Amino acid sequence: MPFCISLTVNGVKRNIEFDDPRVTLLDLLRERLDLTGAKKGCDRGQCGACTVLVNGRRINSCLALALSHDGAEVLTIEGVAQGEALHPVQAAFIAHDGFQCGFCTPGQIMSAIGLINEGHAGDDPERIREAMSGNLCRCAAYIGIVEAVQDAQKAIAEAGRRDAA
Amino acid sequence: MNTFDYVRPSTVPDAVAAAAAPGSAYLASGTNLLDLMKVGVARPDRLVDITHIAGLDRIERLPDGGLRIGALVRNADLAHDPDFARSYPAVAEALLSGASAQLRNAATIGGNLLQRPRCAYFYDPFSACNKRAPGSGCDALHGENRLHAVLGWSPSCIAVHPSDFCVPLIALDAFVEIEGRNGRREISLDALHLLPGDTPERETALEPGDLIVALRLPARAAVFAGHARYLKLRERTSYAFAVVSAAAALEMEDGAIRQARLALGGVAAKPWRARAAEESLAGERPGEAIFRRAAEAALADAKPSGDNAFKIELARRIVVRALALAAAGTPARLPALPGSPFSSAPGALHDA
Ligand SMILES: Cc1cc2nc3c(=O)[nH]c(=O)nc-3n(C[C@H](O)[C@H](O)[C@H](O)COP(=O)(O)OP(=O)(O)OC[C@H]3O[C@@H](n4cnc5c(N)ncnc54)[C@H](O)[C@@H]3O)c2cc1C
Ligand code: SF4
Ligand code: FES
Ligand code: FES
Repeated sequence: MPFCISLTVNGVKRNIEFDDPRVTLLDLLRERLDLTGAKKGCDRGQCGACTVLVNGRRINSCLALALSHDGAEVLTIEGVAQGEALHPVQAAFIAHDGFQCGFCTPGQIMSAIGLINEGHAGDDPERIREAMSGNLCRCAAYIGIVEAVQDAQKAIAEAGRRDAA
Repeated sequence: MNTFDYVRPSTVPDAVAAAAAPGSAYLASGTNLLDLMKVGVARPDRLVDITHIAGLDRIERLPDGGLRIGALVRNADLAHDPDFARSYPAVAEALLSGASAQLRNAATIGGNLLQRPRCAYFYDPFSACNKRAPGSGCDALHGENRLHAVLGWSPSCIAVHPSDFCVPLIALDAFVEIEGRNGRREISLDALHLLPGDTPERETALEPGDLIVALRLPARAAVFAGHARYLKLRERTSYAFAVVSAAAALEMEDGAIRQARLALGGVAAKPWRARAAEESLAGERPGEAIFRRAAEAALADAKPSGDNAFKIELARRIVVRALALAAAGTPARLPALPGSPFSSAPGALHDA
């Protein structure tokens, strides 16, 4: 195998060998690491279904060349729950019916986690909608998604305050 | 996608040397280049990955008060840099009106300057396109051309430059630092992108192997910080390229315009500086009539390249509105929908 990169995926460091330089991060996750949570909607940066966090920031993994991300830390939907305990964003998507068919949901949830980390939108639904505009939902679950992001953000802030106390 | 050699230099000289091989292309974050490679429009033999070069991701204040932005600074990081956003708010607004949060997190500023046109025929290897295959013709001329150019086009190519970022940059006299086989040089951003003429395949003044290392904004461009806006009309609320856009920046003194800057996006193969309009505004008091006169001057040479005569009047109106917003003053906080004339909240008044 002529190519070898090291990636920390969901907290586990792995050395990954492959033979084709064209592999995207999305294809690497899905086809070589069996992490099929990130979805391939458009493969062109136009839908957000492939969103993952790379070094803590949300990006479209379909437009990321795997080779270029040697040494990166990648977080996918498979890595966000703590054992049986759902991530607050996952729990909020369930509580607010933030999905129907579920195809866009891993991307929506990773994008929402990225948005909350970025901290620019605050509680304003219009700013949240704009900051989530890179994730399309064919089932149009948008209303529930915005509510879920607002709620999860509150839950995360409260948990942070409890930890600090 | 064709296959390619992959090299990952760690210094600028190594990158320039690696890109000397014919058929090389620089890879920044790849949000444009990989897309074009997937459809077979870009077919590089060698990718020179510049994302591991140290030192190109810094934003520095220069001794003369200007700002130097490394080519690998990510679009989102620049837009949210407080010092940058305070000095050049219209540029931050333009950045945040482009693409999506995910794309802005990845996209580099060098890649944004050098993104390729979005013309559907350019993207389709089975269509005639003088830009992709010189001499093959231009299928856009008699095809889907609603969103094509109204200024500076030629019958050989009517595509527009898609970048939002470049529009306020060109109004503010930005410079580009380039490292090439013969060392370092700098050119004004206005000289970077070329009009199509008879050679639409030549989009920029860069020579093969030239690497953009930084972008510079002069200190004097910050005099507009209190009255600078970017306004972008899209076919949907967010996550879409401009139909037309305008950057307007005013320096106000005693209620009058001391000097004005104006540029248009989505109208030509390059970000379009409207100097005659700028001159018509100097010394005037802001008002609808003089803004309309400036808009007429900005579009004086415009002509439709197809089914797009509407873009000319639309551009005039966007100019008037951008100037009015700039005159009203840069808002303390960017609106929820940067650059948008609309609100996404049903029934709400827009806050642009
Ligand atoms: C769905 C979608 C929507 C978008 N919407 C918008 C929008 O609304 N507004 C907007 O402005 N943009 C938009 N974009 C375009 C986006 O801004 C560009 O794709 C991005 O800025 C390119 O940066 P990059 O680092 O990914 O460049 P790459 O894709 O890596 O490179 C782009 C080009 O520049 C060359 N290059 C890159 N860096 C250098 C350098 N330092 N020196 C020399 N050559 C270099 C590459 O060889 C390549 O030809 C959109 C893109 C997508 C996919
Ligand atoms: S407008 Fe330009 S890019 Fe589009 S098909 Fe014609 S030559 Fe090609
Ligand atoms: S699959 Fe990546 S954005 Fe659609
Ligand atoms: S839940 Fe079906 S696409 Fe979003």
